[in-house]
Amino acid sequence: MHKTEKDKAILLREMSGANVDKCMKCGKCSASCPSYDEMDIRPHQFVSYVQNEDVEALLESKSLWKCLSCFACVERCPRDVKPAMIIEAVRQMVVRQRGGNYLLPDEVPELLDEELPQQLLASAFRKYSK
Amino acid sequence: MQVENKKEFQPKIVAFCCNWCSYAGADLAGSSRLAYPADVKIIRVPCSCRVNPMFILRAFQRGADGVIMCGCHPGDCHYTTGNYYARRRMTLLFSMLDYLGVEHGRTRVEWVSAAEGVKFSTVMNEFVEKIYSLGENVRLEDLRCKES
Amino acid sequence: MEVNQVQRIGVFVCHCGTNIAATVDIKRVLEAAAKEPGVVHAEDYQYMCSEAGQQKVREAIKEKQLTGVVVCSCSPRMHENTFRGAAQKAGLNPYMVEIANIREHVSWIHKNIEEGTEKAIILTRAAIAKVMLNAPLQAGQSKVVKRALVIGGGIAGIQTALDIADAGYEVDIVEKTPSIGGRMSQLDKTFPTLDCSACILTPKMVDAAAHEKITIYTYSEVEKVSGFVGDFQVDIRKKARSVDMSKCTGCGVCQEKCPSKKIPNEFNRELDNRAAIYTPFAQAIPNVPVIDRENCIKFKTGKCGVCSKVCLAGAVDYEQQDEIVSQNYGAIVVATGFDTIKLDKYEEYSYQSCPDVITSLELERIMNAAGPTKGHLERLSDGKAPKSMVFIQCVGSRCADERGKSYCSKICCMYTAKHAMLIRDKYPDVDVTVFYIDVRTPGKNFDEFYRRAVEEYGVHYIKGQVGKVAEHNGRLLVQGADLIDNRRILMETDMVVLATAIEPNPDVRKIATMLTASIDTNNFLTESHAKLRPVESPTAGIFLSGVCQGPKDIPETVAQAGAAAIKVVGLLAKDYLVTNPCVAKSDELYCNGCSACEKVCPYGAISYEDREVNDHGIREVRRVASVNSALCQGCGACTVACPSGAMDLQGFSNRQILAEVDAICR
Repeated sequence: MHKTEKDKAILLREMSGANVDKCMKCGKCSASCPSYDEMDIRPHQFVSYVQNEDVEALLESKSLWKCLSCFACVERCPRDVKPAMIIEAVRQMVVRQRGGNYLLPDEVPELLDEELPQQLLASAFRKYSK
Repeated sequence: MQVENKKEFQPKIVAFCCNWCSYAGADLAGSSRLAYPADVKIIRVPCSCRVNPMFILRAFQRGADGVIMCGCHPGDCHYTTGNYYARRRMTLLFSMLDYLGVEHGRTRVEWVSAAEGVKFSTVMNEFVEKIYSLGENVRLEDLRCKES
Repeated sequence: MEVNQVQRIGVFVCHCGTNIAATVDIKRVLEAAAKEPGVVHAEDYQYMCSEAGQQKVREAIKEKQLTGVVVCSCSPRMHENTFRGAAQKAGLNPYMVEIANIREHVSWIHKNIEEGTEKAIILTRAAIAKVMLNAPLQAGQSKVVKRALVIGGGIAGIQTALDIADAGYEVDIVEKTPSIGGRMSQLDKTFPTLDCSACILTPKMVDAAAHEKITIYTYSEVEKVSGFVGDFQVDIRKKARSVDMSKCTGCGVCQEKCPSKKIPNEFNRELDNRAAIYTPFAQAIPNVPVIDRENCIKFKTGKCGVCSKVCLAGAVDYEQQDEIVSQNYGAIVVATGFDTIKLDKYEEYSYQSCPDVITSLELERIMNAAGPTKGHLERLSDGKAPKSMVFIQCVGSRCADERGKSYCSKICCMYTAKHAMLIRDKYPDVDVTVFYIDVRTPGKNFDEFYRRAVEEYGVHYIKGQVGKVAEHNGRLLVQGADLIDNRRILMETDMVVLATAIEPNPDVRKIATMLTASIDTNNFLTESHAKLRPVESPTAGIFLSGVCQGPKDIPETVAQAGAAAIKVVGLLAKDYLVTNPCVAKSDELYCNGCSACEKVCPYGAISYEDREVNDHGIREVRRVASVNSALCQGCGACTVACPSGAMDLQGFSNRQILAEVDAICR
């Protein structure tokens, strides 16, 4: 069960579905990020941290909980790398490591704005139920 | 008895190579001294699209144990689109051979550029190994064509 | 057909020093070859390709009346032509020679003499089996029309035309817009020397117009192309100019008096307006205006006719019709150039909504003395002089998504350094910031040029793509991140310039289809070989000049234009072209007229015609395939597509290949 940094990096690639190798390091994700100043590890760094298999630092980063999942980075990335998906995947990894869910599906209120991205919803519940 | 048979088995393998990429790739394999088994005999064709499925059937009929066709990489064809035609024709032919019970490994299409001597040699080594593992081709061989 | 006389084959085995002889038992190969039916002569020699070796081949052909020759030596790619030449000298048809490749395919890869010798014997046997079925082929000839066509009248087209014309051949330039000059005429200054674009371009335009060998068709388009290398038939549509070129004096009064003056001016990137009767710019060649019929009051309502009244020369002609010029050409050069991409999908840069966000090409026009602001650097929204400017690189270049282009546009890093430098030089109080991903400056004096912008002119370069540009209190707010300092950037600025990606002229796809020239997924024309034949299209007789083949700056374009010209001259210098005789041939008795071959032919070499055939005494007219041997390149796609077996490839016929297969499998 003990995973190496490399295993985790591979897992993150799988979970996020993002291809970090496409990144050309232009930084447009960070340039677009509204939470940039709040973050210790910036969106563009998330991509290269995964490339460099430095996952432990990501798991401890407070940036995870500062990302608004606004998807500006995904929208504007010229290389289709999807940084927000990577951040979400790291969040998920943290949650999984803690073991046990904090929220049951039944508890999700029925009446919700349909326009809300599903990921935002999931992230928000995860954040506020800590 | 069986072991002896295996030792004697010398496969006949025909390779169709297009003049512009794969034949040049085979030449490069030669000038780089990259060995592959002598069972492979190369026939030069102008383009992979010149390979009529009939040629491949004829080879099997005459006792070939494997046929491999090499052309330029898709998009690099000297004649622009030839290898696309070849790819389609071979897909159809191979599915027919499959239907006839000829093992899939006896036929192969590979794209080898003029710069890929290493690839040519690797592919030929792999292919010959495969044919060895499949053994003699008896399914399509026409015994009437066999010299005593 | 031809009755096969008894074949007399000669086999020549080369030792290639020890290259072959070390791992192939030459003697055994000779013995095995001599036993093959039809073989009347077999000999070996140390170096078959040497003069002495060729002499042996020639003598044997004469003495033994050989009808076919097999040389067992190195790759046919190496010496096939050598031995064909030797055969021809001895009076044998050169296509009666086959090579068995026993060096690259045998001796160099097999260490075991037994194995090597056996394989060499089999390959020799296959070559003998093939040569038995070889037919003497005659290389055909096709005439060359000593005139070239250049499509596109930008710097690439002009340079190509001048170089061809200087070599003494007639050249026609077809240009879609009313004047030659192209993109270069829109530029203000050029890097890295900062000389004025018009000052170096206009003399060339004048030279082209004055050259007795050059004919320029402006406001014209290629409508139809048929034929093949050496003899293309081309229809050129000369659109009605509505002004008689022979009468117009170019005084310009009509443009001043035209009441319809609110038409976006394409030459100034639609930053200002022009009249309905116009010349694109002052140095236009020819200096004869055209009437834009879609926007002309006379053509829209029938009432007006001011231009006709003020024209003292009486040159205005509302009745003029489009004219089709048909001409034959030996070679065609494509020089269709580029445009910048549309930015409607890049909302984050607010190009559509803010007039102060402009493209680099628009900045060129603003900086130009003949431009919409008469060369003053000012904001288009309020006419105020900017105090700060931001340049954004790679807008639409190097994009993996469908919004932009996957390639690097190549010229942007340099022209942005040029713009930054020119602005800092002329307006030292303007603060200039460049947001870049990478600064790419390969080229003579290019990196020095960029360093000058930083070190001498104080241009700020920040690594990091901009995230968003928005209007803010009458200025522009730029949001970015400095990737090196790892800090957020929020800066107010007065103007933003986008280094917009370039793309091939949108018309090029249509032209490439007419020419059957291949084109890549980005609409760039494909060259015949990326390294060794960069200015030729894979389609014979079609040549590429300038950005239509890939992003280029001016010096590269001019160099390529010259290269394309010399290739054209090399072609036109020949009176006749020798055609490859290994082409497809259809047997009219077997052809069932199905058109399968016509559809797979990548060269359009196959056509169908009604022909009278004599089928075993029955004369009838049938629709049969006919191959144009000048167009056919001999790929053989049609031979396999043919369901009736009528189509065959000379030199690689079905029977020949089957004979090889049989010989190998024997």
